[in-house]
Amino acid sequence: MYDKSLSEQSRALANGELSSLELTQLYLDRIKKLDGNYNSYITVTEDLALEQAKAADERRATGDASALTGIPLAHKDLFCTEGVKTTCGSKILDNFIAPYESTVTHKLKEAGSVMLGKTNMDEFAMGSSNENSYYGAVKNPWDTQAIPGGSSGGSAACVAARLAAGATGTDTGGSIRQPASHCGITGLKPTYGRVSRYGMIAYASSLDQAGPMTRTAEDAALMLNVMAGFDHRDSTCLDREVPDYTAHLNDSLEGLTIGLPKEYFSTGLDSEVEQRVRDAVAEYEKLGARVKEVSLPNLELSIPSYYVIAPAEASSNLSRFDGARFGYRCENPEDLMDMYKRSRSEGFGEEVKRRILVGTYALSAGYYDAYYKKAQKIRRLIRDDFMNAFEQCDIIMGPNAPTSAFNIGEKSDDPVAMYLSDIYTLSVNLAGLPGMSVPAGMANGRPVGLQMIGRHFDESGLLNAAHRFQQVTDFHKQFPINS
Amino acid sequence: MAVDASEIQKVANLARLSIDESQLETTADTINRILELVDQMQMVKTDHVEPLAHPLDATQRLRKDVVSEENNREQLQSCAPVVEDGLFLVPKVIE
Repeated sequence: MYDKSLSEQSRALANGELSSLELTQLYLDRIKKLDGNYNSYITVTEDLALEQAKAADERRATGDASALTGIPLAHKDLFCTEGVKTTCGSKILDNFIAPYESTVTHKLKEAGSVMLGKTNMDEFAMGSSNENSYYGAVKNPWDTQAIPGGSSGGSAACVAARLAAGATGTDTGGSIRQPASHCGITGLKPTYGRVSRYGMIAYASSLDQAGPMTRTAEDAALMLNVMAGFDHRDSTCLDREVPDYTAHLNDSLEGLTIGLPKEYFSTGLDSEVEQRVRDAVAEYEKLGARVKEVSLPNLELSIPSYYVIAPAEASSNLSRFDGARFGYRCENPEDLMDMYKRSRSEGFGEEVKRRILVGTYALSAGYYDAYYKKAQKIRRLIRDDFMNAFEQCDIIMGPNAPTSAFNIGEKSDDPVAMYLSDIYTLSVNLAGLPGMSVPAGMANGRPVGLQMIGRHFDESGLLNAAHRFQQVTDFHKQFPINS
Repeated sequence: MAVDASEIQKVANLARLSIDESQLETTADTINRILELVDQMQMVKTDHVEPLAHPLDATQRLRKDVVSEENNREQLQSCAPVVEDGLFLVPKVIE
């Protein structure tokens, strides 16, 4: 049963083929047996999971079950979960038991899903390889020499290794799509404002967005149905009706116009990755779609713009970690300043400190116009490029990353090389658009995803295109042989 | 724009971080490489472009200035390093 999709498991639970308790126990056993190889979980909440599974079975018996009732999920350790350790991959939160529940995990819990545990991640979601975790690097289940991608690397790895039916992730600059691509799973980053950020530990507030990481597009639709929606507790959450994301999965793609940005296929893109993307686009042509070249002329500027805006917002958000109210406090502080400085310096990892320094510099007196304001102006150019491209096409397709997963350690000493690998994903966050990755085969022995970008609030269109693709391909059904 | 070790020290102080003297040079080098990447922005003319704070041009929603959350001090302080009588304790600030 563990190799079935979330949707299939949901139908099996509904038909009484097995109980949530049996399904949950199956995953807990697999985690015990296999996660030592991948390090995808920081915390496994075994007792809680069994308790929730029993409750889900009781709820089903009363006829009050939803599609997610009894489904075992894993949550990125960035969502606050009341009474459960919530670390954000950082030493500074190693002792933090969240005193309240995030809206996303609350809604998934209300729907009756079971929480298996909290997944590993780059510290404070800063990273593209999951090597920046206080709890150790996550390994790619397809090849344990390889990174799983980041920052939602634990969520991607646990879904790929069949250690959860589905998982939550967050995406600030590609952190759902890139690990989904590298681990051969399906990942969706919704439109900015579609899902509440309440109870998500903030990295860059104008870019952060939560989404589902699953095996199939249908699974992602079921999870997004629960996750999306207005929340008065997040002042940037948008008050828009939530459609049934499963309603249009099977719509015909006849007449759909796919835009291929020429800048996505320029130098630096691995030829095998390019071939998998072009093969996938050819499948869409067979399904009745038309293909058109479009242009995103300011694409390259998304890297500098993002690496000012995100660190600037992070430096402000992370000022809350002061050693006074929660989290790590250094031993025997001499005075208040010593407490702040040592708690933060001992509690944060290298990449987090680096981004705080860059962000603080960019926001400091005399530099604001040259950095933050300039980056926001470029952000508008990038958003407008997408708006112009969507005049000519319905959906944009391309790669998620220039290569398939690189090796652990390969770029960990070179932050700039790591930043450059984010070229295809950052612009989508800057423009606030929904983006998705679906499995599209292998390049150099490791998985590759096809990235799809939609108009604002067109998650249904992305899910429709992804689902139709998954009806005619089986890349999403493959999983690592050893797991 | 490039920063030297003394500027890094200044910025670290603003960010309430301490950097070991022996690490100052390497930290400055890394930050300068990032700033070099970021400085590509300066080549683009943006005189008549408005900064974009929200991709859908939404503005911050306001609410009535009334108490909306209940008092759950005990629960919120349960994860604090040191508390006494409902107060967060920090090192002595005033002599």
